[in-house]
Amino acid sequence: MSKELTRREFIKVCARASLGLALTGLAGYAITRIGTDQWVWQIDPYKCTSCGRCATHCVQNPSAVKCVHAYPLCGYCDLCGGYLKPGHLDRNTAAENQLCPTAALERRYIEEPYYEYKIIEELCIGCARCVEGCAAFGNGSLHLQIRHNLCHNCNQCAIARVCPSNAIIRVPLSEPYIIKGSHEG
Amino acid sequence: MLLALLLMLVFGFFDQASSQQQRFPKPDFETGYVLPDTSTPEPRSAAMEYVDLLVLLLVLGFTTWLVFRKRSRRYILWTSVFTLIYFGFYRQGCICSIGAVQNLALAIFSNTYTISITVLAFLIVPLIVSLFAGRIFCASACPLGAIQDLVVFKPIKIAPWLQKTLGMFPFIYLGLAILFAATGTDFIICRYDPYVGIFRMSAEFHMVMLGAGFLLLGAFVARPYCRFVCPYGALLSITSRFSGHHLSITPGECINCKLCSDSCPFDAIDKPTEDNEIRPNSRNSGNFIIYALLIPVFVFATAWAVSSSHSYLAKAHPDVYLANLLIANPAMINDTESLDVQTFLASGRTMDQLVEDASAVQLKFKRGSWFLGGFIGLVIAITLLNQVIFRRRTVYEANRSACFSCGRCMDYCPVGKPAHPWFADNPVMENKL
Repeated sequence: MSKELTRREFIKVCARASLGLALTGLAGYAITRIGTDQWVWQIDPYKCTSCGRCATHCVQNPSAVKCVHAYPLCGYCDLCGGYLKPGHLDRNTAAENQLCPTAALERRYIEEPYYEYKIIEELCIGCARCVEGCAAFGNGSLHLQIRHNLCHNCNQCAIARVCPSNAIIRVPLSEPYIIKGSHEG
Repeated sequence: MLLALLLMLVFGFFDQASSQQQRFPKPDFETGYVLPDTSTPEPRSAAMEYVDLLVLLLVLGFTTWLVFRKRSRRYILWTSVFTLIYFGFYRQGCICSIGAVQNLALAIFSNTYTISITVLAFLIVPLIVSLFAGRIFCASACPLGAIQDLVVFKPIKIAPWLQKTLGMFPFIYLGLAILFAATGTDFIICRYDPYVGIFRMSAEFHMVMLGAGFLLLGAFVARPYCRFVCPYGALLSITSRFSGHHLSITPGECINCKLCSDSCPFDAIDKPTEDNEIRPNSRNSGNFIIYALLIPVFVFATAWAVSSSHSYLAKAHPDVYLANLLIANPAMINDTESLDVQTFLASGRTMDQLVEDASAVQLKFKRGSWFLGGFIGLVIAITLLNQVIFRRRTVYEANRSACFSCGRCMDYCPVGKPAHPWFADNPVMENKL
């Protein structure tokens, strides 16, 4: 009986030692793959095709993806492709003429004939309608970004999985935004 | 001020020069209008990850002390409530040890992805702890375990054959998760985590249903995710099986009162063996050798079976899916409704490139599925092998693989506790300690 017990103990110690060694080996190997920076999710605006899935596929509702405005790229036009629906009849800012479904794009008169366009983040749902319009008729200064004050930084981004243009990428924590015009695209 | 304006003008000029899309030039404002900054709220600082790691280490250390010295179910329960609040509701479930195995797999097999030291520590530390002290992580450091432990309402006993069969699934899930992560396809553990939607109070409809279903099921089948799904639990059950120390049900000598066995909602307490179970040693070792010799047969059979179905697994990858779709229905090219097809057409990638990328992914799946299949075969064979290993027990003992160290049995064990007034004249309990 005691002999059997010793044998069992021996097997157990051996198994424990080999599992310990395996774990240390794995950790040791993984250390060669350790990065100095952590990763966060971000949209590459140069790849984004404004498909609208950011608004619907984020684990949060409303989405952590919002439109941002790269002001230095903006033409400050009166007739803004991101603000007004194409083909509208009267050129005024009535709700039916606005492209944004939640009226999150605010327009402010600066001087003749220039208007400033600002995103009200609380209203923006990241649907990219204005982004599409701005890219089609304007300078492309409106574009989507993941807002890191809202993003949970899920281990796997639910939008990245469905993004048709693979625009959602991991970026280093030290450079968490890709704002158009301020990076080399 | 003038300098700033000048700088701005110069940079503005460069911006215009670098961007091809600038259809309308940036206006020269005459009213002294200053361009607003594009706000960029900072992410959670990197240092906070170390705080999370510290919290994990503290919880693990504290629980080890509770399990071995304090021997208090109540304190373990409150620690798990803290974990649920901190790692669950405050940290919203990311990063967790269960998902970290995918980060490691991706880091090993991807050229660009690297794992951060905190994620690696989240993966390795609970495993090392379990090698010395059992599944302390499951007891109180896992938010998923904690939420399930709180809803155990009326646990039912599950037949051993069903437990053993379902108990193989976590290993299969682990293998699949590693395959999908290593090929850069998906993190399925995170995607199908039924409880993370509860932590975030927001999820897709089918995940809400899955979460609610698991919670309801958990009222009767205690901790169903931990026992029959959790891939990290599969790893912990191996390391814990050979752990140096483990929770002991009784503080003294077991009096075989059977109370603990009723207290365990997870059927993780092994009964003393009965005389009629004992078989001659020769027959035991004979069976053992036969099953051991069958291991390679199982490994090769399942490896072949899984690898021959690798193309189905590979379809989870978007490139493979799209390539398959377009090859099977070339008319899809004209389908303006299909966003994926239209984006692919607009991206300038050619069909040849897509097929090339898709075949590269399929090749990875083909190789990986051999390993996955072999692993599944090994799991089945070892599960069978475990059936013929006979171990004589004279007392009630916690099953080291299955025990979550939750401490319920310690509470139930009457040894060393003051006797109930009704039995005050019965000295047996005090004497055994």
